[in-house]
Amino acid sequence: MPTAYTPGLTVTGDTRIRKVRRLPMKGQVLVEAGQHVQAETVVARAELPGPLTNIKASEKLGIEPNELPSAMRVSVGDRVERDQLLAELKSFFGIFHNELRSPVEGVIEHISELSGYVGIRQPSVPINTDAYISGVIEEVLPEQGAVITARGAFIEGIFGVGGERRGMLKVLAASPDVHLSATQLSDDLRGMLIVGGAGADAAALQRAAKVGVAGVIVGAVTDSDLRALVGYDIGVAITGHEDIPMTLILTEGFGTLPISQHTFKLLQSLDGKQASFNGATQIRAGVIRPEIIVPRDGDDGPAPERAEVVGTELVIGSRVRVIREPYFGQLSKVTALPPELQEIATGAKVRVAELMLDSGERTVVPRANLEILRD
Amino acid sequence: MATQASVPASTSSLPDLASVQTILATDCGSTTTKAILIERQEQEFRLIARGESPTTVEAPFDDVTIGVLNAVAELEDLTGRKFLEDGRIISPRRDTNVGVDLFLSTSSAGGGLQMLVAGLIKSMTAESAQRAALGAGAIVIDVLALDDGRAEYQKVDRIRSIRPDMILLSGGTDGGAVTQLLDVAEMIHAADPHPRLGLTFRLPVIYAGNTAARDSVTQVIGDQVELIPVANLRPVLERENLGPAREAIHRLFLEHVMKQAPGYDKLISWTHASVMPTPAAVGEMVQAAAREENTSVLAVDIGGATTDVFSVFGGTFNRTVSANLGLSYSVCNVLAEAGTDNLRRWVPMPVAEDRLRNGLRNKMIRPTTIPQTIEDLLIEQAVAREALRLAFAHHLQLAVGLTGVQQQRTISEIFEQAAGGATLVNMMELGLIIGSGGVLSHAPRREQAALMMIDAFQPQGFTALAVDSIFMMPQLGVLALVHEQAAHQVFRRDCLILLGTVIAPVGREKEGQPALHYTLTRADGEAEEGQLSFGELRRLPLEAGQEAEITCAPARGLDLGEGRGRTVTKRVAGGVVGLILDARGRPLNLPSDDPARIAKLRQWLAAIGAGETGTLSAGTP
Repeated sequence: MPTAYTPGLTVTGDTRIRKVRRLPMKGQVLVEAGQHVQAETVVARAELPGPLTNIKASEKLGIEPNELPSAMRVSVGDRVERDQLLAELKSFFGIFHNELRSPVEGVIEHISELSGYVGIRQPSVPINTDAYISGVIEEVLPEQGAVITARGAFIEGIFGVGGERRGMLKVLAASPDVHLSATQLSDDLRGMLIVGGAGADAAALQRAAKVGVAGVIVGAVTDSDLRALVGYDIGVAITGHEDIPMTLILTEGFGTLPISQHTFKLLQSLDGKQASFNGATQIRAGVIRPEIIVPRDGDDGPAPERAEVVGTELVIGSRVRVIREPYFGQLSKVTALPPELQEIATGAKVRVAELMLDSGERTVVPRANLEILRD
Repeated sequence: MATQASVPASTSSLPDLASVQTILATDCGSTTTKAILIERQEQEFRLIARGESPTTVEAPFDDVTIGVLNAVAELEDLTGRKFLEDGRIISPRRDTNVGVDLFLSTSSAGGGLQMLVAGLIKSMTAESAQRAALGAGAIVIDVLALDDGRAEYQKVDRIRSIRPDMILLSGGTDGGAVTQLLDVAEMIHAADPHPRLGLTFRLPVIYAGNTAARDSVTQVIGDQVELIPVANLRPVLERENLGPAREAIHRLFLEHVMKQAPGYDKLISWTHASVMPTPAAVGEMVQAAAREENTSVLAVDIGGATTDVFSVFGGTFNRTVSANLGLSYSVCNVLAEAGTDNLRRWVPMPVAEDRLRNGLRNKMIRPTTIPQTIEDLLIEQAVAREALRLAFAHHLQLAVGLTGVQQQRTISEIFEQAAGGATLVNMMELGLIIGSGGVLSHAPRREQAALMMIDAFQPQGFTALAVDSIFMMPQLGVLALVHEQAAHQVFRRDCLILLGTVIAPVGREKEGQPALHYTLTRADGEAEEGQLSFGELRRLPLEAGQEAEITCAPARGLDLGEGRGRTVTKRVAGGVVGLILDARGRPLNLPSDDPARIAKLRQWLAAIGAGETGTLSAGTP
């Protein structure tokens, strides 16, 4: 039984892309079905309620919670200013006077005679959700957002950091196996999505951030350079919220790995076009991969549904890449698939594949350490 | 555990157990789905075959049942029988070669249940609530208490920012004061928390505090969240009652989290009993082992995403889950938590930091790869030692004081707990360590599994070691709830593999000084004696099923449980590894300079027969 690892990454030049854009809370949808939108178009807006400031009013006034309503000088729903009188308590002869003033501006949300608390909701903050990609509104999700469809290129990377951004795609690498160097990164690349080759070192990434590029795509970086970029060791592989000035997308992995020919050719064909991209990655249940989307200009006709891009069947003749030491990153062709378990150097008995490496060497590798290629 | 009564029932009805001949059970892990076939052979149930396949919650499959079917298809290949038809499992059985009588499954796919726990007093109700959540299989992301040292606004911000899957709110004894509980409820109200997943769901909040405050708490937050009241988990000061809270957590775990794994609904419709969370199933088997062996047991299940530690000491069961310690998805979190120096200290060859870091990152993004070289294997086993060590340290923090369901405690013990709680884990008293999970169950040599566990847990005195042969404790755990006899028979005959007994004195001597003199008398009367120097590890063959008597005289500074320098005579059990005499001292210290450390590690690996390291580089990485 074939057990080569296939991460299921989509790399296609023409497909139908569907993006669900939702507000994090209920709000107002600003677009209609069938409407053409740009990536920057705000499709929905909500008012994020300000934080609720809770004041233990009865305690501050020195009364029981059930006495609070009679001391209150404002009611639920009233707008209050900072330092405005909320409640006061006068003793029988008016000698003792105790008062409570609002520490914040807001609206009185609750007055509890059970707990003695007064809650003041501070002013709300507007939140906008944009379309992220240019396309057509396929469906409006009432009070939540919209579904946008577009036709174009869709490329998934294997790991990324940094969130959603947009920019013109610019291929700087002459071939997929060259490194991006800091000297290639001139000021006129500001706001663009740069395509490097096999890798970018810390100096190049630092320069890219300084120039203000929106994103960088490379085959791989070293973990040390990733740490230098984000400022810490990423523990759990849930990314996209890093506080960094650009998005980094790796198409292959860590170390030095050329962008696959298929991906590189597609990126070359998209040079100069506007891309929407996101480095967010989640490698466990509910997997999320970093993505690059380049919608076609003015072409909303029927497009092929997203095809199964990476084959899942390992057969004799399959083009594969070894994804573990000692042949990590090497490209090869499967020459035999012995059905019986074989003992490898570690002493483990596993299913293997016999390979002819592109270097000409013949070797045997566990099937679990192969990735099927579509070059 | 009494938690299974409340899990949702499966749609397939349970067959007549007396007629059950063939049982199929799967465990859908975060990385691999494992299927086992069990069959009645004359008077006994035995394991027939095991198949596995990558778990298919990821694109392009997005359906956990595809991995189940692939793993079962491997069983078909291995046995030449037919279990699948039209993309589902054939049941009831049609004849000897077609179909199964019983199909069961456990699952840990879908990630963990992230819980926030809140109570009044950090060392009392909040700690009880934490134990309730952990015992039910949850990951506790924060523990809020009125006395936790944070300002109220900080706690409100924290509740807002972490977006838990569920909150467990506890506090107060039944009939006690209500006011402080309302303070906590007001905090939740102010934060207005929303669940991590799904816009349309209200956040489930389990209320397991003072029953007299239930209505008031409902008035404060009942409109905002999905409030689920259960019995107070601390009804009186000296008694915990964790069962009802755990049952509610289990139910919500299944309803809210496991259903996030695509295909889960389909899987539950196929099984004859509810799909059980993997850690709960392993916990069942650990408790069964402690009962049968009549000893204290420590068990660990190290997976790709999480590491679970279970212990039974003095009859009290505890479980902790280290949510982000594992060897594939979470491998880089082991790196982040332990640091490269701690990982490298277990590697018996020089390894460059970049090679180590990039290798672990690539394992993280391609989690199903396996080591092909000895170097790679030793690095993976080094990471496993650190993951186990960290997970065990986590367990020690929580397996303390008042624990377990309906346990009575005296007032003096309550004050002890208030002072921090004494750990229940006594390594000198520990009788058996069981290792489970791929890196231990599938280690190419059992000696490697033994050494990983000894290095990580550092057992003291006399401790038996075992591994789950092919990692089937989860499946047997769920089977035990349906067909106890079958689970028991397979556990004894096919699952648990005894590695042997480790004998390790506590304390330190000077390196190379005499540390331990022993006389081993085998069943046939043959005796052998020998002496170990401090820092030495030695293996004495003693086969599985055999016992021997050993008399150990530790040096003056060392203790085998009877006091420093005191001789101990015990009967010890053999295993596939045998007896391991560990005179490296406790705590175990490694030489600080690299060449000495590497030489020591190689000496130990060779002594126990865990692998030849002669071909490895000893020079610069």
